Amino acid sequence: MSLLHLLALSPFLLAAGLPLLGRAAPRLHRGWFAAALSAILFAALLGYSSNVRSGSSVTESFAWIPSLGISFTLYLDGLSLLFALLITGMGVLVAIYSIAYMNDASESLTRFYVLLLIFMGAMLGLVMSDNLLTLYGFWELTSITSFLLIGYNHHKHRSRYGALKSLLITMTGGLGLLTGFVLLYVMSGTYQIRELMDAGGTLVSHPLFVPAVLLILLGAFTKSAQYPFHIWLPDAMEAPTPVSAYLHSATMVKAGLYLVARLSPVFAGTAEWFWFVSLGGLITLIYGSVAAVKQTDLKGILAYSTISQLGLIMCLLGLSSLSVAFAGEESLLYAAAGTAALFHLLNHAVFKGSLFMIAGIVDHETGTRDVRKLGGLAQVMPIAFTISLFGALSMAGLPPFGGFISKEMFLEAVLEPLHAGVFRLETWAALFPIVAWIASVFTFVYSALLVVRTFLGPRKPALERKKVHDAPPLMTLPPALLAVLALILGLFPGLVSYSLIRPAAEAMMSHIPASGERLPGSIKLWHGWTPALGMTIGVVAAGIPLVLTARRWMKLYAWIPRRMSINRFYDASLLFFERITVRITSLYMNGSSRSYIKYILGFMMLVAGFILFNATDVTFRVGAYAVIAPYEWFIMLGLAAASLAVPFAKSRPVAIILTGTVGYLMTLMFVFLRAPDLALTQMVVESISVTLYLLCFYHLPKLRTESQAVRFRLPNFLVAVAVGVLMTLIALAVLGTNPFDPVSDYYVRESYESAGGKNIVNVILVDFRGFDTMLEIMVLGVASLGIYNMIKLRRKATDIGSRHVSHEGEDADEEAAQTRKSLYGYDGPRWRSDDAAEDPERAEKLKIQESPELPGAESGDSSPDKSETPPNSHAEGGDRDA
Amino acid sequence: MPKGSDIFLQNVSKVVFFIILAFALYLFFTGHGSPGGGFIAGLMSAGALLLLALAYDIETVRQVVPVDFKLVTAVGLLIALCTGTGALFFGEPFLKHAFGYFDLPLLGKTELHTALIFDLGVYLAVVGVTMTILLTIGEDS
Repeated sequence: MSLLHLLALSPFLLAAGLPLLGRAAPRLHRGWFAAALSAILFAALLGYSSNVRSGSSVTESFAWIPSLGISFTLYLDGLSLLFALLITGMGVLVAIYSIAYMNDASESLTRFYVLLLIFMGAMLGLVMSDNLLTLYGFWELTSITSFLLIGYNHHKHRSRYGALKSLLITMTGGLGLLTGFVLLYVMSGTYQIRELMDAGGTLVSHPLFVPAVLLILLGAFTKSAQYPFHIWLPDAMEAPTPVSAYLHSATMVKAGLYLVARLSPVFAGTAEWFWFVSLGGLITLIYGSVAAVKQTDLKGILAYSTISQLGLIMCLLGLSSLSVAFAGEESLLYAAAGTAALFHLLNHAVFKGSLFMIAGIVDHETGTRDVRKLGGLAQVMPIAFTISLFGALSMAGLPPFGGFISKEMFLEAVLEPLHAGVFRLETWAALFPIVAWIASVFTFVYSALLVVRTFLGPRKPALERKKVHDAPPLMTLPPALLAVLALILGLFPGLVSYSLIRPAAEAMMSHIPASGERLPGSIKLWHGWTPALGMTIGVVAAGIPLVLTARRWMKLYAWIPRRMSINRFYDASLLFFERITVRITSLYMNGSSRSYIKYILGFMMLVAGFILFNATDVTFRVGAYAVIAPYEWFIMLGLAAASLAVPFAKSRPVAIILTGTVGYLMTLMFVFLRAPDLALTQMVVESISVTLYLLCFYHLPKLRTESQAVRFRLPNFLVAVAVGVLMTLIALAVLGTNPFDPVSDYYVRESYESAGGKNIVNVILVDFRGFDTMLEIMVLGVASLGIYNMIKLRRKATDIGSRHVSHEGEDADEEAAQTRKSLYGYDGPRWRSDDAAEDPERAEKLKIQESPELPGAESGDSSPDKSETPPNSHAEGGDRDA
Repeated sequence: MPKGSDIFLQNVSKVVFFIILAFALYLFFTGHGSPGGGFIAGLMSAGALLLLALAYDIETVRQVVPVDFKLVTAVGLLIALCTGTGALFFGEPFLKHAFGYFDLPLLGKTELHTALIFDLGVYLAVVGVTMTILLTIGEDS
């Protein structure tokens, strides 16, 4: 356990202690704890930077599951450090921002910060893991925390929908990733990333190479919202804005990029890797930028813009892999794309973070995020306007902001493949600059529209009546800092280029010969009159007329057939699977316990019988038993009599007591066989389960006496006889066959020596197989919660419906839509805010909300825009009492 | 659950309850050396509470042990987990136990074992789970 481990795991520790800390200091906002920890982590990680800068990396390892060869190895090189600083740095700002933003009930606030901290810990673990399996574990943990944070306002249907969507898509990718990792292990025999890098060259020719690439990219693409898996990100905007700014723009969605960058040394240099990564990125880039223009929700614009920017970075990562195919100076030319990717990653976090925070501020102050209802805010919110101007300029790639430099580097990088003669690039290379340029134009357009439609133009009458003003300082500070940082990154890129970007680029492209202080590609504001600068000027020249005429050509978007969208496909396939599952499940889950027992016994018979009759050296021991004492005969007879009597019992209590008799007679048997442990356990278990049975049956309706001649059922008879015969055979085989040394010898020998206990059973339970026990009690706990929920929540089923009607008109409406959907087939995702224009009902509703005369309009619960002022008091209180 | 009204059962269980609990306690501590352990002790404690519930009613159990048993489960799981994690801080693999023999006042030479802490987690989890299930089903009417 090293300091580095402690740093990486400290968010988890704080998350565990936060509920207690919160109770100890009830006045202090929980966010301060998160902010303080992030700041400490940021400072501590900065301390490693001088180490990493000089080219050496930090490795700390300890054996986690040594018997499986899994170690928890943390590895901090340039790439990890860049991401770790991003995670903790953004963590500080987001935590501070959220203190002002999240001011609802304290109970759910603790939940929010616990999840945020777990996410931060998972993210840090992800970027520092050297072992693929621990990386995978952290990877899934980020998916789960993201799921829970998107569903933070869990009483809203759209939140639940968005959360489930993100979980399903990222988890599918996650499973692909795990499979890919296992394939990598099959190919190379190691889970350590650094060992994989050393084996990099030899893997390429392996037949499993392409499947592994595809599966790992599936994981990376789903996580980083690449086309066509991007559809979860816009719906994830239901999360509170700090979460959107942190998880869904700055950190979690970049985990896929991290993975691609991290594994580049293993995969780069092959045509498959190059084309999948760069083309996937390119398609996402153009798709995201085009789709962002038509969005009307501020966060929707930012979500699609994030998709697009992630595609840009992904494309750059793909382009940088070309450098492996070349050597010397030429290799450095292509490697510049990698540097651009890393620098843009940083820029994107900075400008997108500030823009998200501004979107939250606008929402907070005006009560809406719909750009059609906003406008002219520049006069009343000058600070927010300035910040968003900085962010948007950086996003559009205009000087003198950081985004300009990385956009220039990107445009240069897409031109490079024109001279590359590999991977069929001679025919297809022109695709890159053309698509990139078009996407840049659209990026310019949506960046401009974002600012123009929110802050310029006439103010809408609905906003006039509200007293809209700039946010409190605490809320303004984080985005302001980020906006200034965007400017600093543009004016003084040298601050980061050698300390952060270069070590990261070297880690990502280890094949580049160490060139001393030289960086592949150059991060400068002024590159001279390059073709890239020409392209940027072209972007502005084409973009400005498009922005001015936006109203006219926006109608074109209506021509895109809605039926073909991937969202429809997602919804339809979900529905399809639900139906199929219901159909399949109802085939065998017919509600009759007798059938279930038949399945269980039949299956057991098949498996055990198959093994028994296929095993070669099974001998059945017949005869030569120990002498059976008379009292043992009595017990056996009693056992048989009690079991046989159970089916004939007329009332339930009698049947239960008869079953109990079997159990207690077994106890007696164990006593005679001198197994006190078993006897004790059996006795206690029997007592409790008999009582439990009695309790359960007490609530059941009275048995109907139904006199019916007992029909002879052949299948039941066969199953019964077969199980009896099989169990007898197994018992005889166990006595007769002894193919292995019994494991008990080991336990007898070792339990006192190495575990210090004389009771072997208990030593096995708590020590030798302690891990099993831990998971078993965990399963027990989950089962008990399941029973609790099943019984307690069943009674509340009636008041859930009324709750929705009384507090959330819209949700009930949507619930109804859901029901309609399941009854009559597909009905479209009615909760998507951009559907409002097409949906007359919804448009009507929006109109109602605009007029402030109606008292209901201000209360906000039913507004599609006020998704973040949750009425959570009634949702929380219901099921907490025990 | 039927309201208990058997005066004999009620009076007997008042005494037996503590005897069972004491025995459970004994089983818990002796678990490492002779038959017993957290699992059995947990079940037995739950059994004692169950006896109380049968003799009186569930409300009485709630008054005698005014805790949320779901919380007991959670605490038990947490203890088990922390015992396992604790080993990591000493550079040992997860769930590695340590033990030693100490001369304690009154008790003489005693073995102290981290497995006992783990067992405490098992004990609490078993009590919590059993009681949660019993009370949930028993209170449902």
